[in-house]
Amino acid sequence: MTGPVQSIERAAAILRLLAGGPRRLGLGEVAASLGLAKGTAHGILRTLQHVDFVEQDAATGKYQLGAALLHLGTSYLDVNELRSRSINWADALAARSGEAVRLGTPLEGKVLIVHHVFRPDDTLQTLDVGTLLPLHASSLGKVLLAYGTAPVEAALDSGLEMYTRHTVIAPERLTEALAEVREQGWAVEVQEMSMGEAGVASPIRGQGGLVVGALGLSGPVERICDSHGRPRPNLITLLREAARAISRDLGAARW
Amino acid sequence: MVERYVMSVDQGTNSTRCILFDHQGRLASVAQREHQQHFPRPGWVEHDAVEIWRALQRVVPDALSEAGIGVDQVAAIGIANQRETTVLWDRHTGAPLGRAIVWQDTRTAPLVEDLRRAPGDEYFLDRCCLPPSTYFSALRIRWLFDHVGGLERRAMAGEVLFGTIESWLIWNLTGGVDGGLHVTDATNASRTMLMNIRTLTWDEELLAFFGVPRLMLPEIRSSAESYGEARSVVPGVRITAALGDQQAALFGQTCFSPGEAKCTYGTGSFLLLNTGSEVVRSRHGLLTTVGYKIGDQPPVYALEGSIAVTGSLVQWFRDRLGLISSAPEIETLARTVEDNGGCYIVPAFSGLFAPHWRSDARGVIVGLTSYITKGHLARAVLEATGWQTREVVDAMNADFPVPLKLLKVDGGMTANNLLMQFVADVLDVPVVRPMVAETVSLGAAYAAGLAAGYWADLEVLRRHWHRAGQWLPDMDPGRRESEYENWQRAVERSLGWMRPPRHE
Repeated sequence: MTGPVQSIERAAAILRLLAGGPRRLGLGEVAASLGLAKGTAHGILRTLQHVDFVEQDAATGKYQLGAALLHLGTSYLDVNELRSRSINWADALAARSGEAVRLGTPLEGKVLIVHHVFRPDDTLQTLDVGTLLPLHASSLGKVLLAYGTAPVEAALDSGLEMYTRHTVIAPERLTEALAEVREQGWAVEVQEMSMGEAGVASPIRGQGGLVVGALGLSGPVERICDSHGRPRPNLITLLREAARAISRDLGAARW
Repeated sequence: MVERYVMSVDQGTNSTRCILFDHQGRLASVAQREHQQHFPRPGWVEHDAVEIWRALQRVVPDALSEAGIGVDQVAAIGIANQRETTVLWDRHTGAPLGRAIVWQDTRTAPLVEDLRRAPGDEYFLDRCCLPPSTYFSALRIRWLFDHVGGLERRAMAGEVLFGTIESWLIWNLTGGVDGGLHVTDATNASRTMLMNIRTLTWDEELLAFFGVPRLMLPEIRSSAESYGEARSVVPGVRITAALGDQQAALFGQTCFSPGEAKCTYGTGSFLLLNTGSEVVRSRHGLLTTVGYKIGDQPPVYALEGSIAVTGSLVQWFRDRLGLISSAPEIETLARTVEDNGGCYIVPAFSGLFAPHWRSDARGVIVGLTSYITKGHLARAVLEATGWQTREVVDAMNADFPVPLKLLKVDGGMTANNLLMQFVADVLDVPVVRPMVAETVSLGAAYAAGLAAGYWADLEVLRRHWHRAGQWLPDMDPGRRESEYENWQRAVERSLGWMRPPRHE
């Protein structure tokens, strides 16, 4: 077991210091108060500013707590911002895969569809934006549960509703399925929400690797899956490439 | 068989982009380079034409290497460009004579006032279908002749060439001083105020009026035909298309039939309606322009309505008022309320454009009560774009017998669902977004590929167009009417705010 990480301890001390009073503090005051070298304090403050935990006043250069700290429990990325940043990649994914693309984020124990690109065959389709899907019965929802974007305990506590005979309703089976999602990096749903329909989804990561949403392809089961009922590998490849591209745009370094 | 691609260059106001498209019209790679904006005086906007040419020399190889293909795999190249921006250069050295004067530049405003008094709008409308405005190139050439010593004399002697940006780029691509082709296309030429809109040739009377020698003008060609082979950057590749950017977007949206229209929502917005082979002279404040001309076929005309302030109102809300931290957040804020709460914003920041053309108007926020929150203001910001679109569409429906049945949209603001739904609601027609958002580049590629035989005909191109999203009207007709009346009353209150300076 390794000991505590010193820079995180120092960051926590800086946040406590800024939270202690109503006044903004300058770099010198922060460094002196905590007995840190100015360079060290500046590096930590800049990192905290980068993740929006600290704000710097443009006129005086002094620091205060950032608005993001007040909203720690809620998503840090605006869903409309997420759509704007994803739209070109989602269009390209629909064009290349030939399937409908949807983007989901968690909302009150459900998946909220925040963006939808039609399947490019010009059949009659309606925009699903604003629709809510169940977390446990959709591939988008499974991604959100698997990476902790939506709390799995709450989903289990509220009971797993059965939509078709394929819906995963046993808690232990859902837990297994979510572990598999984390292992393979994508989720699948085959006729679990409605008969004849299937979907695959992959995580979208923001700063620091935090999963902020899920990107998915969906459609008739025979289009999404091969003759063995497994999702088509080429769709998975295209999906994961697009999800990684969006994640890179959002500042997830490793992806 | 080795896959071949069409290359598209979009030389825009802020950047130069090169995009490769495959046979299905799908985007294969993108490279982009920004160039500097010069603001030497209030109202003046200039670009360095050499910097733009260098940007092209950079983005083309970048796009090829990103796609992992060689020059031999490029079937043809097409160019879309910022319109009306004026470049003059030395025929013998190839060096620009001063910086390019950009379409947004308003230095010719006093000249516009003079021309509107005498000989008056009608004189120009009869010949080129454009009223005098600071946008158009002829006024800039006149201004340069009047302000740059010796320039007019050198132009008369045949030493100076004029071009909009596509002419400048094609001349350089095809050899420059060493036999470069000096050409333009009918869409770009239709924005100079020097071309006869019916014959698509330089108008002798207008040339004489502005004192522009025929010697300095490029040859007017079709928007899609083989101009010649490039000798640098992409040696051996045929250049087969050039269109002004808004016309390219009309083509990329496959608005090939009379009555089809597109609107590009950016900082400002441009709505173009295909009016077929007919030159429709607007009686409601729209511009008549060439939509495109394919090879030997007759030209296709368009009506154009430009809205000065749409996305820039959201930017103002973000940067000047600081009520949001990113443009997409306007939708989040607007959704915190059910409606506009009785509040309307008319963003006449520099007067009202189409269809009003009132330079004495200034922005107003009306209907303020203690009930109004920033959410209502955010709604009013988005609704302003919707109502301004409605005014332009109303003008088009009044000028053209086929009423608009569907609006194709593109541009950054199409990511805003609340806005797109509102546009559908106030127009009472479906609003559709295509799968390829880069409609300007796609239009230039389509025209280039068509002329090169890469694509067979317009029907093939139509089949590439796919709906990515669609918004259907869903507003009570009574509410639509009363809200529109409120908007119109708000517009009335914006008029006449600016007064001529008082002479003491």
